[in-house]
Amino acid sequence: MSGAAASWVGRSLLRREDERLLKGQGAFVADFVLPGMLHAAFLRSPVAHARIRAVDLARAKAAPGVAFVMSGVELARRVPPVPDSQLVLPRKWTTQVQHSFRNPRQPLLAHDKLRHVGEAVAVVVADSRYAAEDAAELIRLDLEPLAPVVDPEAALRPGAPILHEQFDTNLIGSFRIEKGAVEEALAAAPKRLQRRFYTHRYSAVPMECRGVAASFDPRTQTMTIWSATQVVHWLRREAAGILGLPESRVRALALDVGGGFGGKGHVYPEDLLIAFLAREIGRPVRWLEDRHEHLLAATHSRDQLHDVAVGFDGEGRILGFRDDFILDCGAWNPIGAGIAYNTAVHLPGPYKIPNFAASARIATTNKAPNSAYRGAGRPEAAFAMERAIDLIARECALEPAEVRRRNMVATAEMPYSVGLAYRDGEPIVYDSGDYPAALEQALAAVGGLAGFRDRQRRARGEGRSLGLGIAAYVEGTGVGPFEGATVRIDPSGKIYLASGAAPQGQGMETIFAQILADEWSVVPDDVVLSLADTAAIADGLGTIASRTTVCLSAALHHASRRLKDKVFQIAAHLLECAPADLELREGGVGIAGVPGGELSLKRLAAAAKPGWDNGRPPGVEAGLEETCYWEPPTVTWSYAVHVAVVEVDRGLGHVRLEDYAIAHDCGTVVNPLLVEGQVRGGVAQGIGGALLEEFAYDGEGQLLTGSLADYLLPTATDVPDIAIVHLHSPSPLNPLGVKGVGEGGAVAPPAAIANAVCDALGVEINETPVKPETLAALPRAN
Amino acid sequence: MSEVEIRLTVNGKPYAGRCEPRKLLVDFLREDLGLTGTHIGCEHGICGACTILVGGEAARSCLMFAVQAEGADLVTVEGLAKEDGELNPLQQAFHQHHALQCGFCTPGMLIAATDFLRSNPRPSRDEIREGLSAVLCRCTGYRNIVDAVEAAAAAAPAAKT
Repeated sequence: MSGAAASWVGRSLLRREDERLLKGQGAFVADFVLPGMLHAAFLRSPVAHARIRAVDLARAKAAPGVAFVMSGVELARRVPPVPDSQLVLPRKWTTQVQHSFRNPRQPLLAHDKLRHVGEAVAVVVADSRYAAEDAAELIRLDLEPLAPVVDPEAALRPGAPILHEQFDTNLIGSFRIEKGAVEEALAAAPKRLQRRFYTHRYSAVPMECRGVAASFDPRTQTMTIWSATQVVHWLRREAAGILGLPESRVRALALDVGGGFGGKGHVYPEDLLIAFLAREIGRPVRWLEDRHEHLLAATHSRDQLHDVAVGFDGEGRILGFRDDFILDCGAWNPIGAGIAYNTAVHLPGPYKIPNFAASARIATTNKAPNSAYRGAGRPEAAFAMERAIDLIARECALEPAEVRRRNMVATAEMPYSVGLAYRDGEPIVYDSGDYPAALEQALAAVGGLAGFRDRQRRARGEGRSLGLGIAAYVEGTGVGPFEGATVRIDPSGKIYLASGAAPQGQGMETIFAQILADEWSVVPDDVVLSLADTAAIADGLGTIASRTTVCLSAALHHASRRLKDKVFQIAAHLLECAPADLELREGGVGIAGVPGGELSLKRLAAAAKPGWDNGRPPGVEAGLEETCYWEPPTVTWSYAVHVAVVEVDRGLGHVRLEDYAIAHDCGTVVNPLLVEGQVRGGVAQGIGGALLEEFAYDGEGQLLTGSLADYLLPTATDVPDIAIVHLHSPSPLNPLGVKGVGEGGAVAPPAAIANAVCDALGVEINETPVKPETLAALPRAN
Repeated sequence: MSEVEIRLTVNGKPYAGRCEPRKLLVDFLREDLGLTGTHIGCEHGICGACTILVGGEAARSCLMFAVQAEGADLVTVEGLAKEDGELNPLQQAFHQHHALQCGFCTPGMLIAATDFLRSNPRPSRDEIREGLSAVLCRCTGYRNIVDAVEAAAAAAPAAKT
C-alpha cells in the first residue's frame, strides 16, 4: 500500500511487538545479565511505626557471598532524599488555586523512623539473590515502638501519633476549589442529601513487579540504569541529582515492561539506590522486586473518603454539589497534589452543576505510599458523583438514566466551559463530544432499559435479583507539559522516531508506525522507533496520564512538518522545480500531478548528508532530522458511559456480571483493535477494584493481603465479554484529533457495579469493594 | 551450600547443570539454562506466569525445585514455535486476536492453553475461561485470549479417535 490516499490510521493493524513476546524472546529487566552483576535484597520494616535506635549489620556482612551491606543510617550521611521535583505544578495553578502543601521527602532507605510495614531500611548486595536474602535476614533492628495511625480521620485528629514530626501534623496537603455559591445553593435547594462515599485502597499490580539494574562506567563517569519504569527521563533527572552527575552522564532506559498502569509512573527510592550502589561497589547491581515486596511497598492507590452534600429539585436537576474529601496517602506522597486535584476537578463529570465546591485534605498514615494508578483520582470522583446521581433518582422516583439525561451537558452546548481550572492551570473546557448519545448507545448495547426492566421483573418473580447500573465520566487526557519527538530520515530511507514515551504493552511500536506511515506516505514497516531511552532524545516526559498518543502524535507531526520542508527543498533542488510543486508518495518525493520520477527518501537522505558531493541547495544545512517538544494547549476530554448488568446471589453475596457495555469516545481512533484492548483491560481492572482487590490493613498497620492468594486479581472467569461502542468526536486541540484512552476503562466500573448491585437488591452501598460478606450481611430490603 | 547435578530435557534438548538443592526450577531454567522466556510473577503459585509443561502436563515452575525435575522432559515457551521460527497455530492465534499486551503473562498463558487444548480440544468459551483461570493477565481483560484459544481449537484438525 502506498500513496497519499492510503491511510494507516484507523486500521486494526496487528502488532509489531508480538512475535518476540510470543516466542519468549522479550527482554524484561529480569532477563539480561551484565558481566559481574550482583544482586540486591532489602530488609523491610516488620512494623508500621517505630523509631530506629540502631541497625546491626555485622552478621549480614559476614554471610557467604555478600559483597556489600548498608543501612539507611549510613546512607543518609551520603545521599539526599528523593527530590521534590516530581511534584511540580505550574505557576498558573499555584497562583489561582487556594492550597497548602508540606511534602516530606522520602529517603532512599529509612534512617530515623520506620513509617510503614515494608519500608526498606537496609540493603544487602550479594553474588546471588538467594545469598542476599539469606544475609538480609541476619540484620538486627533495634526499634523503639511507636503507636501506628492507620485510619486517615484518626490521623487528622488532635493528639494523633505524628509520622513526620517536622510538621507537627499529619495533614500534609490541602486545597479548595469552588464555582458559583455552593452553600447558598444547598440551602435553597428543594431537596438535599448528604452521604459518605468510600473508595478503598487498591492498585496497579502489574504481572511484572518492579526491577532495576545499574552499571557505572568509571572511564566516562557514566551511569546506565535499566528500570521497569514508565518515565525514563524523570529517572535520569532524579538519578543525576542523587549521584551528582550531569544528566548527559546518566542514561536511563526501559526494556520490555510487564505492565505499569501508573504503578511504575514515578521514580522510586529503589531506582536511585541501585544506581548509587553500582557506583559505590564498582560492579553492576540488579534488584528484582518479589511479589510480596510489591504488595507491601510499591505504591498503592485510591483510598479516599468523600463527604458529599448535594442539592437538587424535584425533577432531579442538580443545583449545588459539595464534596469534602480525605485522601489517605500513606507514609509518603510521591506525586503530591496530582491525584487529589484530579479527583476534585473530575467530580462534575458530564453534568452541568451551577454551584460546586470541593475540598481535599491529604492525610499521612502508617501505610504504603499512595500514587497514581489507572484513572489517578477519577474513579473516586466517579464513584461519589455516580452514586449520588442514583440516590437523587431514588429521591425523585426517577430512572437513574433519566436523571443523567436531565443533567448532562447537551451536544449543542459543546465546547462546554466548566468554570474550574485544570491541573495545568488552564480553564477546563470540554472540547468535543456527545454525552447523551453515549448514554443512549450504552443502554442500547445491553438491550435497552425498558427491556431490562421487564427482564428484571420476571427474574424477581423467580426469586432472582438482577440489577442495572450506569456510570458516566469525562477524563482530561494528554496533559502537558510536553512530549518530544525526534524524526529522522535514516540513510536507508526509513523513517526513524525517537521519544521519551515508554510503553508497557500499549502497542506504541505499532501505532506510531501507523501514524508516521501516513505522515510520510510510507508503509509501517519502513518506520523504526527508539522509545524509552534517554540516549535517543534529549528530553521527554514519559507514559503516564493517558497522554502518549495525544502528545507524541502531535510532536511527531510538527517535527515531520519541519522535516518535510527541508526534504522538499532538497528534492526541488535535485528535480529543478519549486518545493511547492512536490508531494510525498510511494516512499519518496515526486512532482504533483506528474506520475513517476520519484526521488526515494534514501536518495534524499544521501543528498542531505554532510560532506563532499552532497545534493543540498546553497544555504540548506546538512542532515535530515528535526525535534519537536510539543506543549499541549491543555487537555482534551475523553468520556464514556458504562452499563453493568449483574445478578446477585443474596445467599452467597456473589455478584455475577451478566453483561457489560461501554459507549466511549477517544476522538480519532488510531488502531481500533488496540483501543478496544485498552478499554477492556481497564474495565477488567475496574471490576477487580469493584469486587475483588483490596489492600486491607489491621489496626496495627499490618497488611492482611500480602500475597496474590489474598489480594485477588480478576481471572478469566471474572470478566465478561464486554461490548464496546465507539463514538468519534475528534479533538480540536491536536493535529490528529486524538484523545487519550489508556486509563478510562478503569474509571467507571466500581460506580457502575455498585449502582447495579443497589438496583438489584434495593439497598444502598456507598463503599467499595462490594464484597460477598458485605452483601450477605445486608438486611433484606423487602 | 553443596550443589547437586541435574540432567533434564527441555524443548527436546538435553541439558545438564549444577545448583543448590533449594534452587527453584524457574530460577534454574532462567539463570542456569538461559531460558528467560518463562517468567516469574509471584513465586507463590498463584499467577501462573511460570507455567511450563513437565512430562506433558502444565506445572508451576516456581513451586518446584530444580532437583525435582531431574530426568524430566520439559517444554517452555521457547519450545512452541516451529524449527524455522514460524509461530505455531496457538501463537499465531494470539497474534491475530491481540491476545497479549505487555506479554509478561503470555508464556504461561500459552503453555496453559497448550495443556488445556490437549485435554479438551473442542472447548466452549466457558470451558476456556475456566481452563485459563489459573493464569493471571493484568492487561487484556481476557476476552481476546479466549477468542484466540477458541480460534486455535477451531482451526486444529479433528482429533483422531
